[in-house]
Amino acid sequence: MIYPRPPAGTHPPNNSPGYRSTILRHPKQPLVIVPHTMSELTGPVYPYGRIEANDSDLTRQHAGEPLGERIIVQGRVLDEDGRPIPKTLVEVWQANAAGRYAHRVDAHPAPLDPNFSGAGRTLTDDEGRYRFLTIRPGAYPWRNHDNAWRPAHIHFSLFGTSFLSRLITQMYFEGDPLMPHDPVLHSIPDERARQRLVARFDMNVTQPEWALGYTFDIVLRGSNATPMET
Amino acid sequence: MNGLTPFQTLGPFFDFGLVIPNGGIIAEPGAAGRHVSIEGVVRDGVNDTLPDALVEVWQANAAGKYRHPADSRGGDVEAGFYGFGRIVTDENGRFTFKTIVPGRVPGPNGSLQAPHLAIGILARGLLTRLVTRLYFEDEPSNGEDPVLALVPGERRSTLLARRIDGDRYRFDLKLQGDGETVFFDV
Repeated sequence: MIYPRPPAGTHPPNNSPGYRSTILRHPKQPLVIVPHTMSELTGPVYPYGRIEANDSDLTRQHAGEPLGERIIVQGRVLDEDGRPIPKTLVEVWQANAAGRYAHRVDAHPAPLDPNFSGAGRTLTDDEGRYRFLTIRPGAYPWRNHDNAWRPAHIHFSLFGTSFLSRLITQMYFEGDPLMPHDPVLHSIPDERARQRLVARFDMNVTQPEWALGYTFDIVLRGSNATPMET
Repeated sequence: MNGLTPFQTLGPFFDFGLVIPNGGIIAEPGAAGRHVSIEGVVRDGVNDTLPDALVEVWQANAAGKYRHPADSRGGDVEAGFYGFGRIVTDENGRFTFKTIVPGRVPGPNGSLQAPHLAIGILARGLLTRLVTRLYFEDEPSNGEDPVLALVPGERRSTLLARRIDGDRYRFDLKLQGDGETVFFDV
């Protein structure tokens, strides 16, 4: 496996002043380019813990059902050649249907839902597929700028095949009118790259009488392609 | 080539989703090697501490072997050595973890690297993961490490864990400004 440097514009610059919290947290010194050694070409491969059956069903982690619109979020985890990454850990966390996180620091005056924690985890199958049942998270306000609202999103954490394929990202929902106003999403320079974070409503995934379906494929660093001689 | 999925920030409200029990124990007491504890603080450009950062650690065992299929060199990694750690900073920006000093692992062109830990930092206000390394100040092989050699001499000290006493080390992370930690483009 080789890990080409990501194309310019794919990842957000750490210095993205539109997202105010980056101002004092981004390094100002240039990053030091280092080769990929055994330390980078290895990495945690499902490093800890057991996965319980309800870990991928966020609607069944409590005595009752959470309020909100039930949704299925599924997709494939692939490398840059389009090959599936099997048995890799996918972790998600999100706000409830009212836009409130079950987190001690979240002060948004929206109700908590005693039947929703908002955290899930699963392993991809042999074809790199994952699937979560959850509820659609609500939008919520934040203090980045005047009248600032985050579009509805689900946080994702993935490991992939090595230390280099680690990814933390957010999945958005097709058609959300808040997306054009969001400095976090728009910190990504390339519009095509931004579009890769938008889950598509998928009638083939939608279950009759039960839940709407969304498809969100994820591409992690890593390729078996032979680099071009230049 | 398929287009990569871009990074986004961890945000402030992640720990109920990503915290792992005993995530700061990278090696159990039974693992081979010299056992150490490492403590530090994460600070921003005005020296405020980060109460909402996630520090992840990846390292080889005492024999210099990674728990990973791409490390096909001989020998098994012993039970009780995990190699991976994940620590959420506390309300004062502090993190602590327990591990062993790893062995030396191969570097480019037949070289050997000095003992080191690969570190990833994620937080609200970080739109990607910051990557750095921890080396031990009292390791004689630091002088021949091929990655440390790429770091400007006056900044290398930011990558060195300082021995406090016995087997306790101090390793602070400074995201910006005076004493800024060296971060890597991997």
